[in-house]
Amino acid sequence: MTSDSKIVGKHARRGVPLIDGIEKVTGRARYTADLDHADALVGRILRSAVSHGEIVRLDVTKARALPGVLAVITGDDCPYTFGVLPIAMNEYPLARGRVRYRGEPIAAVAAIDAETAERALALIELELKALPAYYTSDAASASSAVPLHDNKPGNVEREVHHQFGDVAQGFAAADLVREERFSCAEINHAQIEPHASLAEFDPLTGRLLVQTVSQVGYYLHLMLARCLNMDSSRIRVIKPFIGGGFGARVEVLNFEIITALLARASVGKVMMQLTREETFITHRARPHTDVRLKLGMKKDGRIVACECNVVQRGGAYAGYGIVTILYAGALLHGLYDIPAVKYDGYRIYTNLPPCGAMRGHGSVNVRHAFECLVDRMARELGLDPFVVRRANLLQAPTRTMNDLVVNSCGLAECLDKVERASRWQERIGRMPPGKGLGMACSHYVSGAAKPIHFTGEPHAVVNLKLDFDGGVTALTGAADIGQGSSTMVAIAVAETLDISLDRVRVIAADTAVTPKDNGAYSSRITFMVGNAAIDAAKRMKAVLIAAAARKLEARPEDIECVGEVFRVGSGDQSSLPFADVVAAALVDEGAITVKGSFTCPPEFQGGKHRGGAVGSTMGFSYAAQVVEVSVDDATGLITVDKVWVALDCGRAINPLAVEGQIQGSVWMGMGQAMCEETRYLDGLPAHASFLEYRVPTTMDSPPIETQIVESIDPYGPFGAKEASEGALAGFPPALVNAIGNAIGINIDELPVTPDRVMDALIQRRRQAKLASSMKAAS
Amino acid sequence: MHAPRQQPQKRLLRLNLNGRWREDAVSESDLLVDYLRQVAHLTGTKTGCDGGECGACTVLIDGKAVPSCITLAVRCEGRDVETIEGLATRSRLSRLQRAFHEKLGTQCGFCTPGMIMAAEALLRRNPKPTDSEIRTALSGNLCRCTGYVKIIESVKAAADSTS
Repeated sequence: MTSDSKIVGKHARRGVPLIDGIEKVTGRARYTADLDHADALVGRILRSAVSHGEIVRLDVTKARALPGVLAVITGDDCPYTFGVLPIAMNEYPLARGRVRYRGEPIAAVAAIDAETAERALALIELELKALPAYYTSDAASASSAVPLHDNKPGNVEREVHHQFGDVAQGFAAADLVREERFSCAEINHAQIEPHASLAEFDPLTGRLLVQTVSQVGYYLHLMLARCLNMDSSRIRVIKPFIGGGFGARVEVLNFEIITALLARASVGKVMMQLTREETFITHRARPHTDVRLKLGMKKDGRIVACECNVVQRGGAYAGYGIVTILYAGALLHGLYDIPAVKYDGYRIYTNLPPCGAMRGHGSVNVRHAFECLVDRMARELGLDPFVVRRANLLQAPTRTMNDLVVNSCGLAECLDKVERASRWQERIGRMPPGKGLGMACSHYVSGAAKPIHFTGEPHAVVNLKLDFDGGVTALTGAADIGQGSSTMVAIAVAETLDISLDRVRVIAADTAVTPKDNGAYSSRITFMVGNAAIDAAKRMKAVLIAAAARKLEARPEDIECVGEVFRVGSGDQSSLPFADVVAAALVDEGAITVKGSFTCPPEFQGGKHRGGAVGSTMGFSYAAQVVEVSVDDATGLITVDKVWVALDCGRAINPLAVEGQIQGSVWMGMGQAMCEETRYLDGLPAHASFLEYRVPTTMDSPPIETQIVESIDPYGPFGAKEASEGALAGFPPALVNAIGNAIGINIDELPVTPDRVMDALIQRRRQAKLASSMKAAS
Repeated sequence: MHAPRQQPQKRLLRLNLNGRWREDAVSESDLLVDYLRQVAHLTGTKTGCDGGECGACTVLIDGKAVPSCITLAVRCEGRDVETIEGLATRSRLSRLQRAFHEKLGTQCGFCTPGMIMAAEALLRRNPKPTDSEIRTALSGNLCRCTGYVKIIESVKAAADSTS
């Protein structure tokens, strides 16, 4: 089933702008909040002011009686839980009986305008009895802690214990064994578009239409049917333009269901626009993570054993938590060839907004610890960091110890490219004072080989339609959230049919029109939907070639199709333009509709051990990067002067978009490394604005020099793999390693803020002073 | 069923919006962004934050880049207001729009209108800005997709283009 890696190359070589780019640069693109809603009611949510409590009394009588209020709903209106993992749906859209984090929705109002809705919220009578609340993993898992959920003693949502190979033997054989602790702050996606949802319920037809910011319209469709107890055939979910995702919207969010509940209760149309603060509270991002990592290394840099303990502060509900804690262990594998790996992971419930999936899901904080420790051990052994990475490369194709399949790996070439581009060997060790270079590697999956909902369906389906107008319409459920997936589908179809890109239009993510797609997450779209699009285009090509053969009175196998001209063999006497072939194909048949699909075979779906499916994929992307920094030892201020990054994405179907994805992911890694951090004061978000939650601005952002490595994956569409996530995890460790190189100080906490750097510098000065005074005294 | 609303005091606002004079009834407390989106139905101007944090709502008032989410509509009396919808003329993209499209200065597109308007104000007062002048001019506009690399390339390309 090896993919056809032949690509005509017209679009692939130069890259093309986004097919919806003109709408974006002209302001014509309609995001959820831009949809026509002059006739809609305004939705507002009442949220818990305590972190953990029992709902003793909730009376909405006065709110309901307020003129202009069309609906007030509470947990009583929805007795069904929702969640992304079928085994862990423990959250209600509106709290029932108990609240578990500050900001959790308790009631919601639909009213004729915002002022009335807010007045109604103030009229809701609520009495909460506070329960003990836990804001750290340690506090929540203490033996005396009250369980947040009945079936989870110790507030451990999931623990994972995996061991592959003989770790004890590995450490015994190592020349150097080191163990260190790292701590990474919780961060947020902070996509620029605030959450919004527009729901319309028609009581006459019993139909529900929801237009919303989701990356996963199909999952939302399922959860709407469940939570509204509706026949799913009466529901339609449409994704308008989306202002960024990064994982913020890869699970169904409470406000989306609340808006639909309000629309049904008020018998109308409800627009719910969350504030930026509420968008931060509706969190689902990367959890605060404590990593304890022990590595064994030989003198030549070979890593012979790895032992890793991870604790994630998961927040109040399950969300994707189980997958996150499994990813953290599974993706210790797949980057290097390590003979013994032990992993212990703990996902802890706390009284904070639930975390979820964020770009580089599960892998980033563990990779950070790993790449930092490897660098420090290399220094201790007097080895160059590049040498150490090269000593541990995987040889593709291979199967890792935890049964992940690596079909292609261009990491060696990535290393060569960034080493050369940064002039590493000429400059390392010769940097001026306060300046340093650091490097790190990273990888990520191209879609999870085992889907969350195991239905037996293909992983992706694409429909194509070609009719009298000669236009090819691609229907895909894949959610374009700015990453350019619809453009990728158009290119895949145009390349396969060898037609102009302008002839293809893509209709995406409308559950009434497009075939089901699991959504935009785990970098699955290019690999899976791309393959399905190629499959569909090949089927359409077969129909066209058969029609051309009939018309030209030749055998189909003798028909050649190049640049919208069909001809017999290479001769140019009998040929037909595209329009004539389409007309011939429509005779007796009408519109041509074909379906293409893609399925990951079982042998790629991971190991048989518990949790073994997580981390499995048919294609890993690989990245290496070098970061150059300046450290001001008077202020602790770090400046990133430049980044050099190379990413193996198999084949760049659209090099322009691939570059954009690499730059964006490296930069997002920079935000996590340098300035981003969510902070809570007794559960109250203290970061819930862009002034408090600092994402890097143009002034903080370095030039990022990007290189693409094409390892041509045997199964990827035209050989392609993912390009959006793999490079992110390398930035934080490369930065910390560069700081180590610049000033000789190892920072173990993220983000590396100026005060953390200053603390480390002051501590070093004190120690030096102490040492010299003790020397003088002796 | 709907309650009679107590109408806030309104006044007539006269401004030149994207090259056309118009008059609308607004209340003293209406924000410019709400006037643009809800009264003039120009939804290209975005709201990305709770006030003055992200730059997605940037428009031009008398040629100067201003966050419309912390500007009162009535402050625009008699002035020229330009939004992203006013840039493309006679079926042609502006040079910044073309550059942002062709160089992928836009990914999800949500910050794009504000970003382009901030860059437009820059290029009008400084047609050949340096890298650092571009960074300074766009420092109030957050983008979460691009790392700003292709945004800065787009602004440079637009400055270098002749049309």
